[in-house]
Amino acid sequence: MKIKKNTSKPAAPATRLPKCLTGIQGLDEITGGGLPRGRPTLVCGGAGCGKTLLAVEFLVRGAVQFGEPGVFMAFEETEAELKVNVASLGFDLAGLVRRKKIAIDYVHIERSDVQESGEYDLEGLFVRLNHAIDSIGAKRVVLDTLEALFASLPNEAILRAELRRLFRWLKDKGVTAVITAERGREQLTRHGLEEYVSDCVILLDHRVNDQIATRNLRVVKYRGALHGTNEFPFLIGDEGISVLPITSLGLNHKVSSERIVTGIPRLDAMLGGRGFFRGSSILLTGTPGTGKTIISANFAHAAARRGERVLFFSFEESPAQIIRNMHSIGLRLQPLVKRGLLRFHSARPSLYGLEMHLATMFKEIATFQPDVVIIDPITSLMDSGTDSERKGMVTRLIDYLKAGQVTSLFTSLTQGGHVLQQSEAAMSSLMDAWVLLQDFEGNGERNRVLYVLKARGMAHSNQIREFLISDHGIDVVDAYIGPSGVLTGSARVAQTALEKAGMLASHQEAARRKRELEQKRAALERQISGLRSEHEASAEELRQIDEQVGRQTLLLTTERTELGRLRQADVSVSMGIGSARSNSKPRSKR
Amino acid sequence: MKIKTAKQRAAAKLWQLRLYVTGQTPKSLTAFANLKKFCESHLKGRYRIKVIDLVKQPELAKGDQILAIPTVVRKLPKPVRTILGNLSDTERVLVGLDLRAAE
Repeated sequence: MKIKKNTSKPAAPATRLPKCLTGIQGLDEITGGGLPRGRPTLVCGGAGCGKTLLAVEFLVRGAVQFGEPGVFMAFEETEAELKVNVASLGFDLAGLVRRKKIAIDYVHIERSDVQESGEYDLEGLFVRLNHAIDSIGAKRVVLDTLEALFASLPNEAILRAELRRLFRWLKDKGVTAVITAERGREQLTRHGLEEYVSDCVILLDHRVNDQIATRNLRVVKYRGALHGTNEFPFLIGDEGISVLPITSLGLNHKVSSERIVTGIPRLDAMLGGRGFFRGSSILLTGTPGTGKTIISANFAHAAARRGERVLFFSFEESPAQIIRNMHSIGLRLQPLVKRGLLRFHSARPSLYGLEMHLATMFKEIATFQPDVVIIDPITSLMDSGTDSERKGMVTRLIDYLKAGQVTSLFTSLTQGGHVLQQSEAAMSSLMDAWVLLQDFEGNGERNRVLYVLKARGMAHSNQIREFLISDHGIDVVDAYIGPSGVLTGSARVAQTALEKAGMLASHQEAARRKRELEQKRAALERQISGLRSEHEASAEELRQIDEQVGRQTLLLTTERTELGRLRQADVSVSMGIGSARSNSKPRSKR
Repeated sequence: MKIKTAKQRAAAKLWQLRLYVTGQTPKSLTAFANLKKFCESHLKGRYRIKVIDLVKQPELAKGDQILAIPTVVRKLPKPVRTILGNLSDTERVLVGLDLRAAE
């Protein structure tokens, strides 16, 4: 029989530890699916760190979301007090009690009214708990705070024995229980309850850093399951507890290759001509007055004009102020706000702690469902909290936005200089694109320039561009880059003018030389025609000479023939005729 | 489970005691025996003991804030007094129930 049992066992380890979803935002992610089902979980922490609230939320969410009724056994607060206390968080405990989804049993013993005599056990507690569980078919039980019994019952030995039995009994009953306990000095709980509850222990604490209080949650122990071991900040908001796991997502969000333009054509041109990727995170850093808000507003305006929803978190200016200021450069945001495409959320960064800001932002994002989120500036938030908290917060925010394919633009205020540029590096590594705004001082003026420091996954310009802010928005122009360095503003204009003047002068010079050459050529031309006519004149003269010579020869021959005839010379006449004939030939040709 | 009634004296002087038990456990039986003994010796004829079995009536535990079993609750005379245990420590029972004064 035993062997048979053993052989059937291997199937069991394959089934994983069953878990019970708490429904508490973030807690289920940390614990990988909730608390161990059918086992007790110890929640310990100091006063005011939210133990009771966590327990109540566990029950309420169980009853409302998962159809699992629950029993709340209160040792500290009465039923009426409890109902009022949690009503502020939107939990309708009274209604759930009426609908038999939750049973509340207030257990209270006044030590001064009680005498002990002889042996006893805590069967009464078991009976009450059992009755409460059975009356509503409860699957979840909360004992808050069991340790109060140590104050009301004098006999600790009996109490400890009975507590051990109680936890065993709860397991046998198959209910998922949450037991709260006060934090002790050297151990997790004041009375060492962790001895009895060993399946899952969650520690809450409440710390104050730089006057800002932060609540933290840590899963100290979770037998038989993987769990996040880090401390996670959590918040008590108006919808209960939300734990903010830093790495809830892993890096597996979808990416889009769609591009969205910035509303500044030249900036788009610098980004391979098509702007940023949708769903990417963009960092815009700059010293004060470099135009971060203006560029963000341009981006917001362009997106809203395309019909996308834009959520603008402003931590420095009120919405009205931004709208007015942007109006002065020709950006009309008011109509977009009216159409519900653009929404502002303004809050002073010092209003509350980092987590609260983050939670508020999450909530705003969840309700507005934006396509583009602008945070202006992120550095205001960075003033509160420690370095790791800040980075954690930005990471969570970016993760959250990326998961929803929301394009995010963060502006960041730097104090100038390259050292601070480096201090931004921690944040910039999380960003997909980084546009740096700077101002150049010189010639008694300050001019703004921008360049794209990085843009993951796209060809981008390495050039510095100057941008001008005028009545009709932003105009990005090429900065003058010449042998004397980068020139902006009036220096650039002066340089351009100088170049223009130089160009004009050289043009004129060329024209003059051209004219001169033309003249010279004309003169030569004239000379040539003079020579040619001279040449022709001499040719004519030559011909006339020839003619004259011919005529004279003929004349001479005729005279000689005549003379010969007269002297009767025969032979020499024929010879004279021959030479005369040869001379006359060219003449006949002409 | 009403066991003893004494209608001798005026109702104002009547002691009303409740004994909470869970079934017939040895502790419960001892407690009942002890309680009855005290009452007989100190309050003869002017006490009433009501034994409540929480196994049968678990809803009654809430009213008197019962945790420990057995528990004796003195409902009358006022003020309400509570004693936990099987009442084996006589001295404590006398103090707890204020029986000395009644004597």
